[in-house]
Amino acid sequence: MTEIQAGTEAAAAASGAPQVPAIELDGVVKEYLAHGEVVQAVKGVTLAIAEGEFFSLLGPSGCGKTTTMRMVAGFEEPTRGVVRLLGQDVTNVPPNKRDVNMVFQSYALFPHMSVWENVAFGLRRRKVAEAEIRRRVGEMLEIVDLGGREKRRPREMSGGQQQRVALARALVNRPRALLLDEPLGALDLKLRQAMQIELKRIQREVGITFVYVTHDQSEALTMSDRIAVMNDGLVEQLAAPREIYERPATAFVAGFIGTSNLLSGAVDRVESGCAVLKLGEHGRVLVAEASQRAGDPISVTVRPEKITISTEEPSGDISAVRGTVSEVVYLGLYNSYAVRLADGAEVTVFQQNALDSSSTAERGDAVWLSWQPHHSYAIGS
Amino acid sequence: MRKVRAAAAPYLLALPAWIWFAIFFVVPIAAMASVSLTTGNLLEGFQQTFSFSNYAKAVGQYHTQLIRSLIYGGIATLIMLVLAYPMAYWIAFKGGRRKSMYLFLLLLPFFVSFVLRTISWGFLLADDGILFGPLKSAGLLPGDFHVLATDVAVIGGLVYNFLPFMVLPIYVALERVDPRVVEAAYDLYASRWAAFRKVVLPLSLPGVFAGVLMTFVPATADPVNARILGGTGNTMIGNIIQTEYLTNNDYPTASALSFTLMAVLLVGIFVYARSLGTENVLEAAAR
Ligand SMILES: Nc1ncnc2c1ncn2[C@@H]1O[C@H](COP(=O)(O)OP(=O)(O)O)[C@@H](O)[C@H]1O
Ligand SMILES: [Mg+2]
Repeated sequence: MTEIQAGTEAAAAASGAPQVPAIELDGVVKEYLAHGEVVQAVKGVTLAIAEGEFFSLLGPSGCGKTTTMRMVAGFEEPTRGVVRLLGQDVTNVPPNKRDVNMVFQSYALFPHMSVWENVAFGLRRRKVAEAEIRRRVGEMLEIVDLGGREKRRPREMSGGQQQRVALARALVNRPRALLLDEPLGALDLKLRQAMQIELKRIQREVGITFVYVTHDQSEALTMSDRIAVMNDGLVEQLAAPREIYERPATAFVAGFIGTSNLLSGAVDRVESGCAVLKLGEHGRVLVAEASQRAGDPISVTVRPEKITISTEEPSGDISAVRGTVSEVVYLGLYNSYAVRLADGAEVTVFQQNALDSSSTAERGDAVWLSWQPHHSYAIGS
Repeated sequence: MRKVRAAAAPYLLALPAWIWFAIFFVVPIAAMASVSLTTGNLLEGFQQTFSFSNYAKAVGQYHTQLIRSLIYGGIATLIMLVLAYPMAYWIAFKGGRRKSMYLFLLLLPFFVSFVLRTISWGFLLADDGILFGPLKSAGLLPGDFHVLATDVAVIGGLVYNFLPFMVLPIYVALERVDPRVVEAAYDLYASRWAAFRKVVLPLSLPGVFAGVLMTFVPATADPVNARILGGTGNTMIGNIIQTEYLTNNDYPTASALSFTLMAVLLVGIFVYARSLGTENVLEAAAR
């Protein structure tokens, strides 16, 4: 709840004036009846998406992303809660009367229509003048780089091209918000990366709010202004990508986004604003900005790339733990080390491959791991 | 060598089908074509004389029945289309988990012979039968009211007997329509009606096309309904062919009539396919 408000305020502050959010979900719950049993697909989601924002719903398969999206589009009615578009309650408004458009996971292009007819479909339904339709469809096909292919049928096009037709078909209507449900899921890696850049460019060009559903964390991190990380029908954290990555609010977020190490123990003492937690005989973990007091249990995450490996014991006010290298994996740009601590916990460390390879630790080496206090984050259970 | 064999495999596998097709379709057609050009009679035998006048004679004599058959078949097909589309639509989209049961119910009449079913309709529709008898004696219907031996009875019989052949292909086509595509139409501001007209209907046209073929052809050529439910004024071309063949033993005339019917139907199908089966209609529907 707090981070949601923070997000809206941040967006409002950015534009210099309080703004009505493009999309608001207020305590939205969706229950399905499956085989006589009530299944809660969405268990209570409250969030606000600012106008012009690139907003992502990120979470594992089955966490309720599509269901949330379909309630915004109007295909599902929430069991409880309210959906607002630009401040207007649209909870019971059918999809054809909502000023949002959706790009479907499978594109859902009209197979019997040409590319041109597909893109013109929405404008035709809205009785836009024919000359205007011609102009706007032509323009949009240029934007998505499909000029000259307007007579093709969807089945005569590649996956990437179909994807762009789906995008053009939705965007040409200039909706208040564009909803994209794993739009790049069916594309191969290379095309997907190209399309990510393309999507960002298009969004900047048209300035429309994008709500982007994905289970791919790197995709969400690179593209979004803000991300809502969902798990099991609930939003676990809603924040900017950097914040999500650097300061995961929960163990789930820490584990889902990138690789993360989780260390647990009890706070030994609090020293100059840092909670200190003892690990093993010589180990210590310093946590900046922890609210825990001496004696409190604490879970701490630290990202693998923030950790330094050394053979000598590091000095100064930093976290330092001992362990033995149990695995080294060469990954090109960097090495990934698995280091087993005395208590059996395994810590992953990424170390960039330096020109001088003498600093690399070998399997079986006893090493010290160290990192800055502000790279340790205490998380809620 | 192996490559050659692999390439030949599909043809070899299709060989039984080709043989079947040759024996039971090509040979009889060729034989019938030959018979249709002969002259003679059963007692003295038929000689091949290439008398194309058989056709002129047969058509001249029976054009009334030929045209009537096409009209009956056409009307019956139209009625079936109007009845079958909503049925297929309902089963495909509202049938839920009972879909297969509804399809089974639709096919249930096939467990009773075609002729028997038609005869029982005869009983039902008889002037003083179980349906009209009581109504007439109750004074709800005039005494001279009748359905049997009218156009209505014959066309009704055709509709009843061939309806499943219209429903099934339309159902299959509707069943294959991706619900996401329909949702996409709603998402793009289409009303229910617009989504149906612009997306569902055009995507189901292949099924409609198949359904019309599968009903119009047998309904037009059908002799059973006209014989059992019709009167002397409702004779169809199928009855004439049957009589010429089995009663009059006039094989050349029967064959010529069969060929004429086949030619008329083929031309009709061709024209129909050109106008409905191509992308023109879809293109028009997209607008
Ligand atoms: N129509 C439905 N009927 C029953 N259960 C559903 C239905 N739609 C989704 N669910 C369930 O709700 C949960 C969330 O689904 P979904 O929103 O599709 O997840 P995601 O898009 O994140 O993969 C899943 O467990 C799914 O099985
Ligand atoms: Mg999904």
